[in-house]
Amino acid sequence: MAYTEEELKKELETKEYEYGFYTDIESDTLPKGLNEEIVIAISKKKEEPDWMTEWRLEAFRAWQEMEEPEWANVTYKKPDFQGISYYSAPNKKPKYDSLDEVDPELLDTFKKLGISIDEQKKLAGVAVDIVMDSVSVATTFKKTLAEKGIIFCSISEAIKEHPELVKKYIGTVVPKKDNFYAALNSAVFSDGSFCYIPKGVRCPMELSTYFRINQAGTGQFERTLVVADEGSYVSYLEGCTAPSRDENQLHAAVVELIALDNAEIKYSTVQNWFPGDKEGKGGVFNFVTKRGLCEKNAKISWTQVETGSAVTWKYPSCVLKGDNSIGEFYSIAVTNNFQQADTGTKMIHLGKNTKSTIISKGISAGQSQNSYRGLVQVSSRAENARNFSQCDSLLMGNRCGAHTFPYIEVKNKSAQIEHEATTSKIGEDQIFYCNQRGIDTEKAIALIVNGFSKEVLNKLPMEFAVEAQKLLEISLEGSVG
Amino acid sequence: MDLKEKLVSSFLAFEDSVDLDHPVHEVRSEAIKNFEAKGFPSKKEEAWKYTSLNSLQKIDFSIFPKEETNLEYKDVKKYFLHEIDTYKIVFVDGVYSSYLSETTHDGVDVCLMSSAFSKPMFRQVIEVYFNKAASQDESLTSLNTAFSKEGAYIYIPKNKMPKKPIQILHLATGNEAALMLQPRNLIVAEDNAEVQIIERHQSLTDNEVFTNSVTEIFAGKDAIVDYYKVQNDAATASLVDNTYISQKDSSVVRVHTFSFGGKLIRNNLNFFQNGERIDSTLKGVTILGDKQHVDHHTLVHHRQPNCESHQDYKGIFGDRSTGVFNGKIIVDKIAQKTDAFQQNNNILLSDKATINSKPQLEIFADDVKCSHGCTIGQLDDEALFYLRSRGIPKKEATALLMYAFANNVLESVRIPELKARVNKIIANKLGVRVGFDL
Repeated sequence: MAYTEEELKKELETKEYEYGFYTDIESDTLPKGLNEEIVIAISKKKEEPDWMTEWRLEAFRAWQEMEEPEWANVTYKKPDFQGISYYSAPNKKPKYDSLDEVDPELLDTFKKLGISIDEQKKLAGVAVDIVMDSVSVATTFKKTLAEKGIIFCSISEAIKEHPELVKKYIGTVVPKKDNFYAALNSAVFSDGSFCYIPKGVRCPMELSTYFRINQAGTGQFERTLVVADEGSYVSYLEGCTAPSRDENQLHAAVVELIALDNAEIKYSTVQNWFPGDKEGKGGVFNFVTKRGLCEKNAKISWTQVETGSAVTWKYPSCVLKGDNSIGEFYSIAVTNNFQQADTGTKMIHLGKNTKSTIISKGISAGQSQNSYRGLVQVSSRAENARNFSQCDSLLMGNRCGAHTFPYIEVKNKSAQIEHEATTSKIGEDQIFYCNQRGIDTEKAIALIVNGFSKEVLNKLPMEFAVEAQKLLEISLEGSVG
Repeated sequence: MDLKEKLVSSFLAFEDSVDLDHPVHEVRSEAIKNFEAKGFPSKKEEAWKYTSLNSLQKIDFSIFPKEETNLEYKDVKKYFLHEIDTYKIVFVDGVYSSYLSETTHDGVDVCLMSSAFSKPMFRQVIEVYFNKAASQDESLTSLNTAFSKEGAYIYIPKNKMPKKPIQILHLATGNEAALMLQPRNLIVAEDNAEVQIIERHQSLTDNEVFTNSVTEIFAGKDAIVDYYKVQNDAATASLVDNTYISQKDSSVVRVHTFSFGGKLIRNNLNFFQNGERIDSTLKGVTILGDKQHVDHHTLVHHRQPNCESHQDYKGIFGDRSTGVFNGKIIVDKIAQKTDAFQQNNNILLSDKATINSKPQLEIFADDVKCSHGCTIGQLDDEALFYLRSRGIPKKEATALLMYAFANNVLESVRIPELKARVNKIIANKLGVRVGFDL
C-alpha cells in the first residue's frame, strides 16, 4: 500500500479536535453538588409550576436509591455527581425575535461550526432551536410553524405555556425511574426542546436543535419531547459538538418520542462531542436514554452518526405498541484513539404485524472499543412480527476492538427474525482494484468507508448528510469524502 | 439446609474417601473454596440470564452414590448404540459398573478416573492435564472439581487410534429419591491420534436427577476428536454439562450435541485454540416439547492465527419449551486470518414456546473473517403446500421439512449407526414414521 495503515493511524492520532474552542460568555452557574435544594433551585430558576417541581423531586429521590449501571462494555472513571454544577445558563438571558439581537460571540461559535444560523435560515429553511449550556437561546422560524399549529419551543417554555401537553406526555415513554441516568436527568434537566405536531399536519421543514457543552464542569442534561399527533409527520434533527476540555464532562439526556396513530417521526442525530485527545485524556461521557412509542400504523425512524464522546452509552429504542407500527434504526458509530462506544437499539414488538429494521455500522480505529448491543423482543401477542438486523464492523489496525451483543427474545411462533453480523477490515484486493484504476490509496480508503456507511448516510436528511460526511472525515482520516 | 451448604459441608465427608496426599487434592480444596465463595449462579449473572437453577436448589439431593446397583444388560440395551461394537464405560448411579462396561489398556487407555487418580502409571498424565483446561473461576465447574473422583479416563498416545468408538453412559436407577451426580471426564488425544466418543446421560425412573458434569478434552498436534452428546433424558432429569477443549496446531475437534429431552439442560461448551491452523466444529440439533429448557452456551476463543471455527445450531421448539442460544466468539489481537462462522436457526411451533438467542462477537484483530447469523421463523408454507399437493399428509410433510432443517447438522456425523439412531429419535419426537433414513 502506498498510503499504509501505519501512516493513516499516525495521522488519525495527531488529528486535533477541530471544533475545540471555548466561547467566553458569562454564565449564571449554580454551586456544585446535588441535593433536594439544588433540584428545587433549578425548578425555581426555570419558574416552573409546583407539579413539575414535585415531579423532579420524585425522580431525585428515586435516583438516590439507584446504582450506576455497570453492564456496558466500557470502562471509565465514574463521574463524581457531587462535583458537577447542575445548572449553567448564559448570563445575558436573551429573548429575541430576530437573530440580530443574539450575542455576536455566540453566533461566531456557530459560524466556526459551519452551521451559521442565518445561512441556514436563508438556504435550508431549517428552524433551529439552539441549546447552549442548557438554555434555549434562539428559536427561529417559530412564527411560520405557529401558523400550522406546530409548537416548537424549549421545554421550559412548554412547561409554562402548554402545561397540559407536557403533563400528559412527559415521562410516559421514559419513566422518571427508568434507569440511573434517566432518573438523574428527570431530576435536574435544565432545558431541551419540545415539539408538538397537530393532527394531520405535515411539518413543512426539518426541525433542528444544536447542543453544545460550553462551561467547564457543567453537565448537560437535555430533555427532548416530541409528540406527533394522529396522521402527522415530522423530521427532527439533533446535532452535538462540544469544545475541547480536559476534564470529562457528563451528558445525560433523555429523548422521548410519541407517534400517535398513523403518525411518523424521523429523528436524526449527529453526535460529535469532544472525544478526548490522543492519550485518551478528557472527553465527554455520553449517557443517553432515547425511546419512542408507536401507536397504530405509526412509524419511528432513528438515524444516528456517532463520532464523538470518550464514552458513549446510548440505545435509541422503539416500543411498537400499536398494530402495524414500524421501527427503524440506522447507525454509524466511529471510534478512534481511546474512545469507547456501546450503542445499539431495542425493538420491542407488542402489536400485531409490527416491523423493525436495524442497520448498524461500526468503524473502529486506534485503540478504541466499539460495541453494538441490541435487543429484539417479540411478545407472545405480537402476531406476524418481522425484524431484520444487520451489524457490520470495520476494523482499522489491531489495537482496536469490535464487539456485538445482540439479544433476541421471541415468544410468538409467527415471528420472523433475521440477524446477521460481520467483521472485516478494508480488503487489500479492494484497495488494489482502486489503485489499478488510478485512484490513490487515500481516496480508495475514503471510497470504501463511504460505501460501507452509505446505507445509513442515505437515511439522513440532505442538510445533515453533508455534515455527517464531514464528521467521518475528521474522525477518521481527513481524506474521506 | 440448602443445596450449597449441604455440598460444602459434605466435602469433609468426601475427603475421607480419597487420597489426601495426592496432588489433585490440593486442586479440590481450592475449588471448594471458590464454590463456597461464589455459590450457585443466579439469573442476575449475564451468563445465566435465561436459565434459573433455583428450583433445583430446593430439592434435597443425595450427594454420595451408594454401592453398585446391578442392572441387566437387556433392560438398558436400548440406551447403548448396540448396533456396532464399542468400548463402553458405564456408570450406574455414579458408580462404575464393571459388568456392563468394556474397557481396555491395549495400546490406548480407556478406563476410569478413579484408577487414573490412584495408579502411579497415570500420575504424570493427571499432573499435566487434569484441571488445566477447565475454568478455575466458574462456580459449577469448581464444584465438580472439588468432588472429582469418578468418570471416564481416555488416553490415546501418539499416532494411535482405538479399534472402535467409545461409549460413555451414565445411568440413574432411581434408588435414591433425588440424586446428584458429578462425573468428571478426562480425554487426551496426543499428537496425530484419533478418537470417537459418544456420551449419554439416562435416568431410568421419574425420580429427580441432577448431573453436573465436567469433561476436559486435549487434542495434540494433528489429532482428531469426534465427540457426540446425546441428550434424550427423562422429564425429571437435569443436566449441566461443562466441556472444555484445548487444541494444538492443526488439530480437528468436532462436538455434536443432540438435545431432545430432559427437564433442564445447560451446555457450556468451550473451545480454546492454542495453536495454528486449528479446526473447531460445534453443531447441535435441539427439538423440544413440554416444559423443557435447553441452554446452549458456547465459547470459541481464537488465540492463534490461521484458525477456523464453525458453529451451526438448529432448534425446533414446541409446547411451553424454552430454548437459549448464547454463542460467543473471541478473537485475540494476534489471531489474524481467523475464519469464524456461527449460525443459529430456530423454528417456533407454539405460542407458548420461547427462544432467546444471543450470538456474540468480540473481535480484537483486524484481518479476520467473522460472521454470525441468527434466524427465527416458521416452516415455509409454500414448501408445505408443494408436498401436500403431492399426496403427503400434513404431519409427514411437516416432519420432512424439519428433517431437512436439521440435516445440515447430521451430515457431519461420522458414525452411520449413530446417525440412524438420531434420525429415529427425531422421528419419534415428531411422532411420525418416514419411510427412509436421511
